[in-house]
Amino acid sequence: MKDAFINRKYFVIAFIIIASIALIVKLFIIQVVKNTYRLSADNNVLRYVTQYPARGLIYDRNGKLIVFNQAAYDLMVVPVQTTQLDTTAFCNDLQITKDVFKERMQAAINYSRRASSVFLKQISAETYAKFQEKMFMYPGFYVQPRTLRKYSKPVGAHLLGYVSEVDEAIIKKDSYYKPGDYIGKLGIEEVYEKELRGKRGVKIYLVDVYSRIKGSYDDGRMDTLAIQGSDIKSGIDLDLQEYGELLMQNKSGSIVAIEPQTGEILALVSSPNYDPGLLVGRIRSENFAKLQSDTLLEPLFNRALMASYPPGSTFKPVNGLIGLQEKVILPSTEFGCNNGYLFVDCHSHSSPLNLKGAIENSCNSYFCQTYRRILENPKYSSVAEAFEKWKGYLNEFGLGSRLGDFVNELTGFVPSPSYYDKYHGANKWKALTVISMAIGQGEVGITPLQMANLTAAIANRGYYFTPHTVKAVGNNQKTDQKFQVKHSISIDSVNFERIIEGMEAAVSGASGTARIAAIPDIVVCGKTGTAENPHGEEHSVFIAFAPKDNPKIAIAVLVENAGFGATYAAPVASLMMEKYLKGEITNKYQEQRMLNLNLIDKPAENETQH
Amino acid sequence: MKRSINIWIGIDKITIVLFLLLVTIGWFNIYAAVYNEEHKEILDLSQRYGKQFIWIIATLIIAVFVLIIDTRFYFFFGWFIYAGLIFLLCLVLVLGREINGARSWFEFGQVSLQPSEFGKFGTALALAGFLSTRRQDLTKIKVFIIASAIILFPALLIAIQPDLGSTVVFFAFFIVLFREGMSLYVFISGLLMVILFFLSLLINNLYLIITLIAIAFLIAWFATRKWKLCITGLGILILIGGVLYILDYYLIKTFSNEFIILIAIVLAGIAYAYYVFLYNRKAVAVVIIYLFLLGSVFFINSVDYTFNKILKPHQKERVEITLGFKSDPHGTGYNVNQSIISIGSGGFTGKGYLQGTQTKFKFVPAQSTDFIFCTIGEEWGFLGSVTVVGLYLFLLLRLVILAERQRSVFSRVYGYGVISILFIHFFINIGMAIGLVPVIGIPLPFLSYGGSSLWGFTILLFIFLRLDAGRDEYLI
Repeated sequence: MKDAFINRKYFVIAFIIIASIALIVKLFIIQVVKNTYRLSADNNVLRYVTQYPARGLIYDRNGKLIVFNQAAYDLMVVPVQTTQLDTTAFCNDLQITKDVFKERMQAAINYSRRASSVFLKQISAETYAKFQEKMFMYPGFYVQPRTLRKYSKPVGAHLLGYVSEVDEAIIKKDSYYKPGDYIGKLGIEEVYEKELRGKRGVKIYLVDVYSRIKGSYDDGRMDTLAIQGSDIKSGIDLDLQEYGELLMQNKSGSIVAIEPQTGEILALVSSPNYDPGLLVGRIRSENFAKLQSDTLLEPLFNRALMASYPPGSTFKPVNGLIGLQEKVILPSTEFGCNNGYLFVDCHSHSSPLNLKGAIENSCNSYFCQTYRRILENPKYSSVAEAFEKWKGYLNEFGLGSRLGDFVNELTGFVPSPSYYDKYHGANKWKALTVISMAIGQGEVGITPLQMANLTAAIANRGYYFTPHTVKAVGNNQKTDQKFQVKHSISIDSVNFERIIEGMEAAVSGASGTARIAAIPDIVVCGKTGTAENPHGEEHSVFIAFAPKDNPKIAIAVLVENAGFGATYAAPVASLMMEKYLKGEITNKYQEQRMLNLNLIDKPAENETQH
Repeated sequence: MKRSINIWIGIDKITIVLFLLLVTIGWFNIYAAVYNEEHKEILDLSQRYGKQFIWIIATLIIAVFVLIIDTRFYFFFGWFIYAGLIFLLCLVLVLGREINGARSWFEFGQVSLQPSEFGKFGTALALAGFLSTRRQDLTKIKVFIIASAIILFPALLIAIQPDLGSTVVFFAFFIVLFREGMSLYVFISGLLMVILFFLSLLINNLYLIITLIAIAFLIAWFATRKWKLCITGLGILILIGGVLYILDYYLIKTFSNEFIILIAIVLAGIAYAYYVFLYNRKAVAVVIIYLFLLGSVFFINSVDYTFNKILKPHQKERVEITLGFKSDPHGTGYNVNQSIISIGSGGFTGKGYLQGTQTKFKFVPAQSTDFIFCTIGEEWGFLGSVTVVGLYLFLLLRLVILAERQRSVFSRVYGYGVISILFIHFFINIGMAIGLVPVIGIPLPFLSYGGSSLWGFTILLFIFLRLDAGRDEYLI
């Protein structure tokens, strides 16, 4: 076949040759023409000094600084360049022993002879100042400025998390990180790591054989700037957080306070806790090991998110709501109580009671009968189906799943019908089998965070926003879109009003179980609870919100091994709400009582179990 | 019809020598790039250089297999190979392992395979099959479209992974189409598109469009030498454009100037076509120029859209950095900077083998794969760099000679396919390492670390050597 386009081969050949010449010309420019010959001719070396960005700051809801940065210095070494080193003088200047020197040097060599690695971490400002003057005597060494965390108050450790050095596993997983980098762990530091960390830069210096910097390489054109991390405005009220931690000192348990209109967390206390300043700098690893080995107090354990408890009687408003919505009871429905219902005991109170009175008096019998009606509702073909419906409501309240915005948050537990099918066989279990959940005991488990969120949902009369700690990141004034999604509960708001009346009566009614939580001039709605603890004394639980109209704060308090909800959890919650709403405490006696209370050092036989 | 020939005598020795040289250079530089005092042994199988040795042995075995197979196999089974590779490219989208956000790899225990590396010779075979067997004429639009589809279908599948680098590679096949007689209009359009792409990013679109209109009328005047015709056209365009502009300015207030001009050109074209039809029935040149103008303006407007909406931020930044409108304070050009420093610091003669400090600092990423040229540039200097570039140039020109001496269209088309693929890899890979083209992560043929790419290129090249050795075997 005739090849009509044979001449086009010359175009192809010309194209290939021109492209190759272009490459050669560019190579000639960068390898021969540019003044980089200095690098190879004078035996100079390039030193890459990482420009570590300052980590973003964290503010509280009123603009008070919670976390900021302090300067620190890492001494770096490039092993191949450490020639003619006077080891003795060097060790004296740094105040280290020769053994430490040898060990560190070997570690650096093991990492790489040619690349720089950390010789001594976070040396103090004075040592740095002294060392800086003599730097010329120690070729191969140089100082790398770093920043460490500093806390304006020794509070909020669980909430904030901490910053630690990256380990091998992290470096492998995320290519951003290099050895020596810091990374946020737990709390806000971990969840907002990407925003807080900023971006590393690198400055390239020409350095002679005596380790003296001769200037920027290529006039700094190859340098990259570090970008500072974004600041975070959190929803935390620092004063309230501090006060909460103070109230919970010498006690085990947690406080979670939420602003219902927004879902912002005002305070999140888990006690026992620790000073976040303990996990900063060179003392970090030692202190961390100490905290970790404290199996008695478990200060690293964030109870607010990671401990799941039976909600106790604080669950009654929820069952009341479901009963109303499913129309198995009316607000006026009365049940009698003869110190209990079947095998569930109850304390003595007037009888019979309507719904409001039942919440006010925390009547077990009333809610057992309500729960039985929910599960035996003829609308559903089986108890299992009714149970599934009931479980659906709980899930709408955010129970049984993670709420989000936290690390290591527990899901809590809401059993499904299949859970009982497995134990008892399908259709072999009845309402009475699971009756203890009418009063918040039994299989159901919820975290203090979920309790607070549930309270916020009640305060809002039927919806909640995902609880979150961070209002805004960087210059962006807007809260993340996912926290502005309204999670509505399919229960009519009028039913919430009925329940809230009961919760109001519990605090201010004549026979209310939570009268201790009352605050002068403010209408508080609350519900006490006592969570059964198979290992020892019961946990004291209290949920509340205030004021009744336009609630500003919803709170859940859990004090472990403290007995009835009214005894300790309710006063703590009341003090917290008063502190937040009024800024001062009227009941100084109650405050002192709570501050002095020590539930940890008492010789309790149950403490060792867990 | 078959004449017996001895492949081992007929095979092109020059290409074999170049191939072996490149593979060896690659191996030694991979050793230098990941050099590790604790594992000095070059055959240490726990290190990349040790593994590369295995890939090289395997690739030589593969090469022998490729040479043993009868030429007719490639001729008759090209389509099946193509279909098989298309299937694999679909499969990898579903079963592939996601690495760095792209599903491009199959994983079988310890071994990973990248089907896109093998898609290239499959496509080359299919293209050769299509253009040879039916004596297709590429000047016909239908033939051109089918040939383009053969090229673009695998490219599209790879783009979905998404692997932009390997997608770009497939466009090199248009060099084959150019050689085989692709219409010059298509060629000029392509060239124009590339030029306009860069210009539209450099210059304000409005000025660019006005300049284009001016040029179009100048060319029209040269082509027809009828200035009355041209002025009338320009007049109609300005009139319609003006009316639209005033209409938008006072009434509609929503359109950009570029959009108004685009509409004006369309409307003016219709009006002008009527005018030309009335007075001059042989204005083919004018029609062509008009279509080019319309296409250009449309293209410029779509570039902005593509650039701002379709490209990912990091890809956009790479283009901007390479074009020099963005200096690089925030470190997106970090890789390129480090790469240029390494290569630049090599100077004229280089620092000597294993003496490179920049690459040893591990400041250059992907030193043994996509940025292998850094090690060569740093340790062997300008002399070494030019040697490597020269070897590739020599290889490519040798392949052009081989391709042109083929008796069958099939072998020639396939040969040009090999040339195109090797060329684009060579040019883009070295070009990105020295900051001449944006960073597109594709390997340097025969040099970069990695089994898939080495095997892919070896198969690609050796099929052609087999075809060449057997060029007198059959008359196909």
